[in-house]
Amino acid sequence: MAKRVEASNVTAYYGGFKAIENINLTVEPKTVTALIGPSGCGKSTFLRSINRMHEVLPGARVEGSLTIDDQDIYDRDVDVTAVRRMIGMVFQRPNPFPTMSIFENVVAGLKLNGVRRKSILDEAAEKALRSANLWDEVKDRLGKPGAGLSGGQQQRLCIARTIAVEPQVVLMDEPCSALDPISTLAIEDLMFQLKDKFTIIIVTHNMQQAARVSDRTAFFSIEKTGDPGRLIEYDNTQKIFSNPSVKKTEDYITGRFG
Amino acid sequence: MTTTVTSHRSRPPAQPASLRARRLPWYAAPAIAVAALALSAVIVYGAGIGGPVLVVVLGAVLYLVGLFAAANAVEGRRSARNRTWSALIHSAFVLAVLPLVSVVWTLVSKGTERLDANFFQTSMNNIGARDANGGAYHAIVGTLEQVGIATLITVPLGVLCAIYIVEYGRGKFAFAIRFFVDVMTGIPSIVSGLFVLAFWVLIVSPWFNDGRPSFSGFAAALALSVLMLPTIVRSTEEMLRLVPAPLREGAYALGVPKWKTILRVVLPTALPGIVTGVMLAIARAAGETAPVLLVAGGGAAINTNPFENNQSSLSLFVYQQAGDASKYAPARAWTAALTLVALVLILTIAAKLLARRNRLSR
Repeated sequence: MAKRVEASNVTAYYGGFKAIENINLTVEPKTVTALIGPSGCGKSTFLRSINRMHEVLPGARVEGSLTIDDQDIYDRDVDVTAVRRMIGMVFQRPNPFPTMSIFENVVAGLKLNGVRRKSILDEAAEKALRSANLWDEVKDRLGKPGAGLSGGQQQRLCIARTIAVEPQVVLMDEPCSALDPISTLAIEDLMFQLKDKFTIIIVTHNMQQAARVSDRTAFFSIEKTGDPGRLIEYDNTQKIFSNPSVKKTEDYITGRFG
Repeated sequence: MTTTVTSHRSRPPAQPASLRARRLPWYAAPAIAVAALALSAVIVYGAGIGGPVLVVVLGAVLYLVGLFAAANAVEGRRSARNRTWSALIHSAFVLAVLPLVSVVWTLVSKGTERLDANFFQTSMNNIGARDANGGAYHAIVGTLEQVGIATLITVPLGVLCAIYIVEYGRGKFAFAIRFFVDVMTGIPSIVSGLFVLAFWVLIVSPWFNDGRPSFSGFAAALALSVLMLPTIVRSTEEMLRLVPAPLREGAYALGVPKWKTILRVVLPTALPGIVTGVMLAIARAAGETAPVLLVAGGGAAINTNPFENNQSSLSLFVYQQAGDASKYAPARAWTAALTLVALVLILTIAAKLLARRNRLSR
């Protein structure tokens, strides 16, 4: 199921502004990879270019190559929607669809892509909600609006929605930054479980979180405002947090900069 | 304002010794109001300069002055300003609602005279000047058909146009469309009627009518469409822009194609607002007289076919009856006006209920 993500010389632009430059990075299947770095260093831009969400913004474009198990997702004849079905994404702020119930939110990806059979939808919804550790909390009110849940529950609902379409890679863009510590813990536990099935790439500002959940860590940084973000160091999480090989990484992790 | 003044002072205001302050008793405001009205009545009638309207206006001014003075003496300057501004805002609200209440009251009081079964079952065909009967059946049919057809034309067109502008349009072309929609908003209804008269009635309709130009309810519907379209496009556009971008991204990230995201996520989220915009457009179209007069011609008989011959409408009926010499005509005009307002009101309430049933939250 899970797939290898390989980026080579990825450069992304917002109109004339170069946001990241020459990122080279390989993410192994069934691992959690954390992207850390100061604000504006291009972590989110890189994450969004992995499932071609970057180009949604007007004027944004990506150069270089990004492959998922040796398929280049930026090939001319690649279907964007197929890429996004293979590579799911969880956003910083929970964004359940306000007009849909909890159940409809979870199966939205399946339903909007043409799955109609009630039994399949029921089964997929329960499976996804169980995987997202949300089933017990919502099983009696699946027909209620998704927007009525608490922030942490909404975020887990969004995770359930993402994994219901059975992607192979799950991208998370600061999924816990709007949540309290207890909800954060629930989502971190969830990442450990999801690792068995999916490749997970997470952007986080919280270095303890990166150290707790990830196997590998990539440190991004910029020289100064207006410069493109670059990958400074990419290694095992333990190595990055105990004995980084680049001075800049150490400065960032120990809080001397950024 | 007080804070600005304070900040310019060289030293900060003294801290009050206590958080409690003296307050006017609850009956102070109504008492001042009564006193102000009484004083104003004495002045107006004593000097013999006016009637009850002047008493109320002068009373309101005296009330504001008295309230400010009393609050200033007992509660202090900030509180006095607060009370005066609150009173002014409430008066502005009353002033704004007054005409509306007056219109509704006039309609109901004068419109109920002919509000009988006969009014809704008969037309004006063969009704002479001395005949107290006659009704608006033909006009109601005309309004429903014309506005219905216009809605069927403009809602899909307008909503799709707004979707183009918000979701797909880039650069000069989308800008030009927005600009022309804005220009269309300002088209006077008589001009849209003239346009349809010149284009549809005189040029196109002869093709369907053995070479003779023909008035029709459909032509009126076209003229109303021209008026409704910009309202629907602009209101839908505003509503679509209010849908948060993260919702669209959430759907894209699930691998949902753009068109399906718009159809199943964006439109349902914006639906209540779009419905409101459509209802405003319908209300405006239902009240238009001039274009209907120009291209449907009006008529006294029932004509249920919108594609052939003259048709009337409620607003046109009101116009014609109000100008009629018969002593029974004004009552018919009032009842038709009441019917028109009730019709729009019922449609609006029904549409709001429908839109609410489809959404879960908010």
